[in-house]
Amino acid sequence: MSADTGPVVGQNRRVNFLLGLLSWALALLFFFPVFWMVLNGFKEEIDANADPQLFFDPTIGQFDEVTSETQGLLGFREAFTNSAWAVAVSTILVLILAVPAAYALSIRPVAKWRDVLFFFISTKFLPIVAAILPLWIIARDLDLLNTRLVLIILYTAMNLPLAVWMLRSFFSEVPRELIEAAQIDGAGLRGQITSVILPIVAPGLAATALLCVIFAWNEFFLAVQLNPVEGSTVPIWVTSNVSTRGNFLAKLSAASTLATLPVVLAGWVAQKRMIRGLAMGAIK
Amino acid sequence: MAEVRYEAASRIYPGTEIPAVDRLDLDIADGELLVLVGPSGSGKSTALRMLAGLEFVDKGSVYIDGKDVTLSPPQHRDIAMVFQNYALYPSMTVAANMGFALKQQGVPKEERAARVREAARILDLEPYLDRKPKNLSGGQRQRVAMGRAIVREPRVFLMDEPLSNLDAKLRVQTRTELADLQARLGVTTVYVTHDQVEAMTMGHRVAVLKDGILQQVASPRELYSRPVNRFVAGFIGSPAMNLVEVDRSAAGTLALGSVEVPTEPAVTADVRQRSAGRFTVGVRPEHLQLVDSGIAGEVSVVEELGSESFLHVDVDHQGTTTQLVVRDEGETRIARGDRVRVGFRGPTHVFDADGDRLGG
Repeated sequence: MSADTGPVVGQNRRVNFLLGLLSWALALLFFFPVFWMVLNGFKEEIDANADPQLFFDPTIGQFDEVTSETQGLLGFREAFTNSAWAVAVSTILVLILAVPAAYALSIRPVAKWRDVLFFFISTKFLPIVAAILPLWIIARDLDLLNTRLVLIILYTAMNLPLAVWMLRSFFSEVPRELIEAAQIDGAGLRGQITSVILPIVAPGLAATALLCVIFAWNEFFLAVQLNPVEGSTVPIWVTSNVSTRGNFLAKLSAASTLATLPVVLAGWVAQKRMIRGLAMGAIK
Repeated sequence: MAEVRYEAASRIYPGTEIPAVDRLDLDIADGELLVLVGPSGSGKSTALRMLAGLEFVDKGSVYIDGKDVTLSPPQHRDIAMVFQNYALYPSMTVAANMGFALKQQGVPKEERAARVREAARILDLEPYLDRKPKNLSGGQRQRVAMGRAIVREPRVFLMDEPLSNLDAKLRVQTRTELADLQARLGVTTVYVTHDQVEAMTMGHRVAVLKDGILQQVASPRELYSRPVNRFVAGFIGSPAMNLVEVDRSAAGTLALGSVEVPTEPAVTADVRQRSAGRFTVGVRPEHLQLVDSGIAGEVSVVEELGSESFLHVDVDHQGTTTQLVVRDEGETRIARGDRVRVGFRGPTHVFDADGDRLGG
């Protein structure tokens, strides 16, 4: 019996234990702020701003307060609806556009596909601050300021390069013979993509969609510049709970907790699709 | 009903100078099982993929059923292909895998189901129709790949090393089943393998390729008995033919060690006439035997296979030690280190300096 087939023994075991400890410590370190935010959301303002204490009387008062609607101010429901529209439509558009692009860059690569791939990502090099003035002017001239449409367009453009890059790498892993088999079986381009390729890259699609959802959901800068009055999204609503008078930490925490819920939900749904090895059994 | 024809078909991969397949001329009759065989890099798979439409034909043409398909996409060639790694659609059940091509053709659902069931019956796949490929064994996956091909009733079957992922025993069994199936269905089949035993046992005719160039296409028997060149002689047959470099003697004859090589009269005459005096003599292990007076040598290895044995005998030939493999029937009494004498008992082959066969 060699060491690698039996249980881990001796020094290996100690190293494994230390590595495990380290990864747990890091994971908790990353999670702690989130945990603290959720905890604070259930406190009274006075407790949230006091020295940290382990025991307190939990309350949902802050959640009630942040979701209550006030005439003339941006409400939770409105912000949530705007965000949901912008995120859902932009993510669907991104996937619809990225799938053919990824196909053209991996399975049947266009000439100079490496350059094309680079051009796609190059838009991400530009700091968005540098582009905001022309974007604002264009949006104003097209009468798009304070509309959901402007965010849909910009979020699609913002996430598309990322989605193309991700999907390209997933598409590249589709066994070539499967596509050839589909061709020989008489499937046209659409049949090859919908019947053969997409079911295999479904985990990749889920991962890509999840990232697009997260980035679009949390986007603040464009939203606050272009839609300060109408069509405002959840991140703007979260900041509306920051007040210049009095304590607001518990309220802000409650609002932030609500803002993260859809993303957590999307992550949970996507993860279920991601862990399944869909390509198994295709070859050999 | 379809015959297949390659006419001076070449494939030159972009960025390379030497063609992967070089001016291939090949006629495959309707219902024939033709095997393309050769070592890796010989262009056999490329030739098959050119017929499938998966590889561009740079020069020349390919015909199926008399129709030029050189520029047709795979979808329009009415062919079915079995891939080396099977290439089953992982998200579909066995039944859906087998029915996929029919679905693309727009065959009605009931007919599709009936044809899939019939193919599954032929291949003993009926209990597995609702399974996904990942829940099948290697042999079952291979049969699904076969089923996907036969359910279509295509004009031509293309098979790219379909047995190479099976274990040795299953491979031999499947080989027979496959040859039987092909004979029953009578569909023209092009079969690629690197395994010369597979080629010899399955092919009606066998085409041997090397470096993209067709060496010989003939029946297994003819390939075995009259290889056109040194390469085919060495490639076909297991264990391989003994190939020994021989210088012509002053008398104009060829001798292996101290023993003159018996040759056909036409070959004997040709050997005398040639200006170059260097030849390669080929003789199969089964055409050598142990005799009382012959080429003297010492046995270095004994391979016992039960019904036969192969003796590796080191003989002195033109001043160097050369190894000859000799077949001995049944259980041999010879052991390593024994001194034996080797003689001829069957046909010999002579090749010139270019490797071409003498005497046609």
